[in-house]
Amino acid sequence: MADTSMNAMTGPRGAKPKKAMNPRNIMLYGILILVCVYYLLPLYVMVMTSLKGMPEVRLGNIFAPPVEITFQPWVKAWSEACTGLNCDGLSRGFWNSVLITVPSVIVSIAIASVNGYALINWKFKGSDVFFTILIFGSFIPYQIMLYPIVILLREAGIYGTLWGLIVVHTIFGMPILTLLFRNYFSSIPEELFKAARVDGAGFWGIYFRIMLPMSLPIFVVALILQVTGIWNDFLFGVVFTKPDLYPMTVQLNNIVNSVQGVKEYNVNMAATVLTGLVPLVVYFVSGKLFVRGIAAGAVKG
Amino acid sequence: MSSTTTEAEPVRTATYAKPRARWTRNISAKIAALPMVATALVVFLGGTIWTVVYSFTNSKLLPRANFVGFDQYERLWSNSRWLISIENLLFYGVMSMIFTVVMGFILAVLMDQKIRYEDTFRTIMLYPFALSFIVTGLVWQWILNPDFGIQGVVRDWGWTSFNFDPLNNPDTVLYGLLIAGLWQGTGFVMCLMLAGLRGIDEDIWKATRVDGIPTWKTYVVVIIPMMRAVFITTLVIVASGIIRLYDLVVAMTSGGPGGNASQVPAMYVYDYMFQAQNLGQGFAASTMMLLSVLIVLIPWAYLEFGGKKHG
Repeated sequence: MADTSMNAMTGPRGAKPKKAMNPRNIMLYGILILVCVYYLLPLYVMVMTSLKGMPEVRLGNIFAPPVEITFQPWVKAWSEACTGLNCDGLSRGFWNSVLITVPSVIVSIAIASVNGYALINWKFKGSDVFFTILIFGSFIPYQIMLYPIVILLREAGIYGTLWGLIVVHTIFGMPILTLLFRNYFSSIPEELFKAARVDGAGFWGIYFRIMLPMSLPIFVVALILQVTGIWNDFLFGVVFTKPDLYPMTVQLNNIVNSVQGVKEYNVNMAATVLTGLVPLVVYFVSGKLFVRGIAAGAVKG
Repeated sequence: MSSTTTEAEPVRTATYAKPRARWTRNISAKIAALPMVATALVVFLGGTIWTVVYSFTNSKLLPRANFVGFDQYERLWSNSRWLISIENLLFYGVMSMIFTVVMGFILAVLMDQKIRYEDTFRTIMLYPFALSFIVTGLVWQWILNPDFGIQGVVRDWGWTSFNFDPLNNPDTVLYGLLIAGLWQGTGFVMCLMLAGLRGIDEDIWKATRVDGIPTWKTYVVVIIPMMRAVFITTLVIVASGIIRLYDLVVAMTSGGPGGNASQVPAMYVYDYMFQAQNLGQGFAASTMMLLSVLIVLIPWAYLEFGGKKHG
């Protein structure tokens, strides 16, 4: 970019015919391709190892593709791998994660979107103060709030249950999601809101008939953010659930880092790929929206 | 339909609303915002204060309001495991901030050269960010495995004295964690930086070209200072993530080798609160974590929002 425009400044007008293979481009694309190889390598190693049999893993080199492809490690990781005394594989963790993620995503988005809407269109005394506390709360290390939440959940009788974990995810998802919705709703022209008020619509009427239909993109962004975030959570899963309700990440770690037994690296890698699959699919399907979602964390209120 | 009604509207705004009790005005909005208010006040504010207060007690298995002054803190700061944790976090934190920001910026500059297939490159660089730290940690643990990983492969090629086993050596274990942490986080920083670069006015570039300033110098002297806000925001986000560093260490080293060569504060807190049943220590340690975040956060909030009113 720099070079061509420089020429345009000094030389004859109009774009200079450019050779695609000039040294600068070779350098540029060379570096970028190298970087991409570095980024892709772990994914490649993971998949390749998971397709090998154990003898081949021991003899071969982790970067070599499998000589003989086998799906046995995947089957074993899914339905037979052991954590402690349980040997029913990652499938349990997978379904736990599904049971945790689906309601957590729905509840947290529902609450945060209403919050964002109230903060923009229905300001009440102190609403901005609460919002500021909320945003500050998102920077505070979770560790300091862990035990008080344990007490609150215990008082409510849901400590150690899936619902307890769902409440926790809703709480910790709230700052970023509220910020996301608040910023988006503030871009919807206020006239629309006022017009609806004149026509007699109330709080919920405006939310469901105007705000919701107008902001589907931001709901998708929130969905992506929450699905990947909650699926990938480890700390809350360990602290707020019991072993038979552990989410997939926790179970994966217990399978791979268990000290007893012979290490089956191919099964471990198959389990790792399986756990990473959901966020990866979300990521590759959603494309640019994912970038928007994570960049939302950087957008100041 | 709405344009005419809009003009007639101002009469009805909140300021002109009829003198109902202040309380009941916007009542559904207040009810709807209740979860947010409760979260902010009870969990974030209340929970934090509760933990800080109870860090001055000698709570063991259960929280007890038996105040012992700074005892827990004295014990904390004379515990070698805690000191190692702090040292590790400082080292990891500084290294990781320098590398993610420098590499993220350089990658963003490369991506900003009007290249083809930009979306493909970005997709590849960002995908690790979608993964769990557990997944990242386990993959890199496998690649760094001394027998079958990089070290093993290079030795098989005939270079038998080749040594690359960061995770099993207390002196290098943090570099092992860094390799994995950087792999996961740099793409994200690159995206933030790229957004910052795209936000810079094209006229700036034209002006520096007219003056004949070389491209690299423009970046150093003009662009980087202009992106100050982006850099600071990035550093705050990266730093607040680093202080929470936990999953990655659990997955890659469980705090070892040698028991505590790669311990981090978040691990100390978890172990004392939920394993060793020494709540007071856990509270004191988490209060120290809070303090370190505030040291980062308050100057930033002051720079960012100071002067103008936030919200």
